[in-house]
Amino acid sequence: MAVQPIGPQRRKLERVALLFIAPVVLYTLVFRIAPMVSSLYLSFTRYNALQPAEWIGLHNYVRIFQSDLFWTALKNTTIYSLEVLPLNIVVSLALALLVNQKIRGIAIFRTVFYLPVVTSIIAVSMIWLWLYNYDLGLINTLLEYIGLGPYDWLGDPDLALHSLVIMRVWKGAGWNMVIYLAALQGIPQQLYEAAEIDGANSWRRLLHITWPLLRPVTLYIIVMGIISTFQTFGEIYAMTQGGPLDSTTTVGYLIYQQAFDQFQMGRASATSFVLLGIILALTVTNSRVMADRD
Amino acid sequence: MTSADVWKAQKTASKEPRRRPHIPQALKSAALVLFLALLAFLMSLPFLWMILSSFKPNSELFAYPPVWIPTTWTLEHYVSAFRTAPFGRYFFNSAVTGVGSTAINIFFTSLAGFAFAKYDFRYKNVAFFTLIATMMVPFHVILIPLFIIAKNFPLVGGNSIFGTDGTGLLNTYPGLVLPHLVPAFGVFLTRQFFLGLPDDLIDAARIDGASEFRIYWSIALPTAKPALATLAIFSFTTIWDDFLWPLVVTTSNDMRTVQLGLQVFQSQFSVDWGPLMAATVAVTAPLILLFIAFQKHFVRGVISSGVKG
Repeated sequence: MAVQPIGPQRRKLERVALLFIAPVVLYTLVFRIAPMVSSLYLSFTRYNALQPAEWIGLHNYVRIFQSDLFWTALKNTTIYSLEVLPLNIVVSLALALLVNQKIRGIAIFRTVFYLPVVTSIIAVSMIWLWLYNYDLGLINTLLEYIGLGPYDWLGDPDLALHSLVIMRVWKGAGWNMVIYLAALQGIPQQLYEAAEIDGANSWRRLLHITWPLLRPVTLYIIVMGIISTFQTFGEIYAMTQGGPLDSTTTVGYLIYQQAFDQFQMGRASATSFVLLGIILALTVTNSRVMADRD
Repeated sequence: MTSADVWKAQKTASKEPRRRPHIPQALKSAALVLFLALLAFLMSLPFLWMILSSFKPNSELFAYPPVWIPTTWTLEHYVSAFRTAPFGRYFFNSAVTGVGSTAINIFFTSLAGFAFAKYDFRYKNVAFFTLIATMMVPFHVILIPLFIIAKNFPLVGGNSIFGTDGTGLLNTYPGLVLPHLVPAFGVFLTRQFFLGLPDDLIDAARIDGASEFRIYWSIALPTAKPALATLAIFSFTTIWDDFLWPLVVTTSNDMRTVQLGLQVFQSQFSVDWGPLMAATVAVTAPLILLFIAFQKHFVRGVISSGVKG
């Protein structure tokens, strides 16, 4: 607080402040909070965007939990998330350790590793659609040189989801690299010097100093990773449309299909609240588990 | 350490062991650079392949064994991409909505960020934390109501005052930017910045008789340029990269954005690889150039959304 004025002056400043935040508060009420409330309401209705919504109680939720496609989508999303998160952490931490070195031109490497982050998910999807192409794709061509493949990266139901995982790790590693890099640069140098005197080699220093000190950052990366991987939509729409055989249908893609292919807006709203519930439960549990281990 | 320093900083934490004289330092650095270069090549291979593909004539694009460097560089795929779809129009749509929403976003979120940092008022903390909490809500949850709001927005697009009869904000620029207009992240970022603004500056201006808005506009805002640049980049890239919302809020070809435009090269049975790669280069290049020019602002956005949060 700049000054602590009293009486009318104080009330005047309070009015000014309320005026300053009014646009943001109004916008958030109308375009964030009200939609959440109305989405919750819609989840208890049958609604196709043309006729008025009809109250059907818990019917949507019952139907969701009875539907095989929902469980398939949830399974796919969970596998996807469970593969992306650890891989992303390992790759991004390795990159961060590598670019946290005193080498001339290191900035160039940081830039290159970050480039996939500034590329939109749709552009990335198009690039990898071409790389993964069965007949002409670069990946199968390179594999053939060493006597492997060819693999039907996006056409094989056992493989498609994992192919999307590889792409996502490539796209996302640079983001977490920056977060880890910032955290690494905040670790006091003396800790390493002391450990070195005690004879700890670089692997032990990583395991016993760096990794434990990075735990809050890792927790943050996991929480944000859960939130983002569970909403995966763009690459599914652009690359596989949920196929083959629903092997890449994610919950995020299922919601879109329900709402805008089948016009079951009530059902889609209910699915989105199930998604919200899952994300909340996972992030809270994860934070608890990580906190308990301290 | 400020976040911009993180990007520039040359090594602070990990340190090579000083003992072990049997491996010369120079050799170790050389090995490291070599390894980094190999890694950088692998990581950028998808980009290189996209760029090379976009300049190859079809005969080399589909050649087996593959042709790495085109023997003749051709622009035919670029020409064809811009003929297949009105890409000029898509770029215009993305740029206009990106710049417009960025301007609105910067003004309103920094105004609120300033108020949250420098004024005292009732329910301040409740209001702030509610704002921040809305950042965490999956977009899927509010997608359908937002679509209904856009479609039934009163008195626009042929709609009556009750929002019926017309198409509302569907296929309009305001419709395209609706969910990204005033993001809570901007309030968070600018508040963080204004917390560091000395109170004396504000007091002195007040004694000189400056209005509160004047203090925000002429004193606070100019000092916040780094934060505003970060916010501008965040805001512009959000619009440029957006896909799900434009997908549901536009139906007319004239109102499509660049990301939607990339869909036109795929049909059910075939893909026009050459033009698709050319268009993908064109859509990706502006942001990569923006990134190379303003790296530290991009990085500050990542770090302030993370470590300080």
